[in-house]
Amino acid sequence: MPEATSSLTPTYAAYDSKIEGNVIFTRVDAAMNWMRKNSLWPMPMGLACCAIELMATASSRFDISRFGMEVMRFSPRQSDVMIVAGTVTYKMALAVKRIWDQMPEPKWCIAMGACASSGGMYRSYAVLQGIDRLIPVDVYVSGCPPRPEALIDGLMKVQKKIEAEHAVLDQKRAAFEGAV
Amino acid sequence: MTAEKDAARLKDAHPEGVLDVLEFRSETTVVVTRGALHKVLQACRRDLAYDMLLDISSIDHFGDDPRFEVVYELATLNDSKHLRVKCKVAEDEDVPTATDIWAGADWHEREVWDMMGIPFSGHPDLRRILMWEGYPYFPLRKDFPLAGRPTDMPDVASTGVAPLEGGPFVTSSGESEIARREPRAHVVQ
Repeated sequence: MPEATSSLTPTYAAYDSKIEGNVIFTRVDAAMNWMRKNSLWPMPMGLACCAIELMATASSRFDISRFGMEVMRFSPRQSDVMIVAGTVTYKMALAVKRIWDQMPEPKWCIAMGACASSGGMYRSYAVLQGIDRLIPVDVYVSGCPPRPEALIDGLMKVQKKIEAEHAVLDQKRAAFEGAV
Repeated sequence: MTAEKDAARLKDAHPEGVLDVLEFRSETTVVVTRGALHKVLQACRRDLAYDMLLDISSIDHFGDDPRFEVVYELATLNDSKHLRVKCKVAEDEDVPTATDIWAGADWHEREVWDMMGIPFSGHPDLRRILMWEGYPYFPLRKDFPLAGRPTDMPDVASTGVAPLEGGPFVTSSGESEIARREPRAHVVQ
């Protein structure tokens, strides 16, 4: 017997798998973002000491496999997020830029550690003062080196950023505005 | 035979080549002329059994003449003796290579060439090792600023200038007074 509800109490749409089956209604954007953020494959640009902490994050104690990120693809064509871990020298900066260009969209970048964020303690003739002088960075993780928990926090911030994207909406808008 | 005795033997064998034998806290240094450098290094390896070349480095005495000084750190294989050989070099002079005595001198001499601009004659492959081919400056010279100078070699690399260059946190290593060398140095009573 259904309960009496006043017109002021909200009714929630219930999802009953016995009735509706295994079907979820959502937006394409939300579904895509959920899939993307839970399978962010890193491109580990491990250049210096931060790479050791990156390896520690990937190993069993701190385990980014919980987030689906243990797949460290060293091929840029197969990765989503580039983690620039370490000092970027001017000599190496060219290689980093080339690999960034080879990554397909959608891609994100994490500047891990002080050196990748701003040149760190190396304010000299040979060190690029931050990888954001070359490629667009989404999240900066501070530390020298940052603890694995800090890197995981940075990766979770990238996940939040991905959650807020609206790629299909933008495509629709661009299609309509292009037509006009 | 201690390193001091080795240095005395070198001075006896090359009286005009060895300018001075210095000693500081049980570290022995032999100062030689550029002409006698190769012979002295050969004697160190062959006669005195300094089989290990630990390092070749260089000093820029900006304002002095001769401007540079090349320093060879030698040691025996069982690490019982260390000897230092120093040689002053002027700006346009080159130094005979030590690669025929120690094969490991190869990269050390490339680093000295890259950072200080001292050429080594007879070196099998004298090119830059830390900076890239075509980089126009020698970074460890005293007249090169720590923060760098902008360069551009498209497709190879480009450098910028580090921020706060010339600001209050930069030291100028060429000055003689410590107050101007280290801008935040203060007198301790």
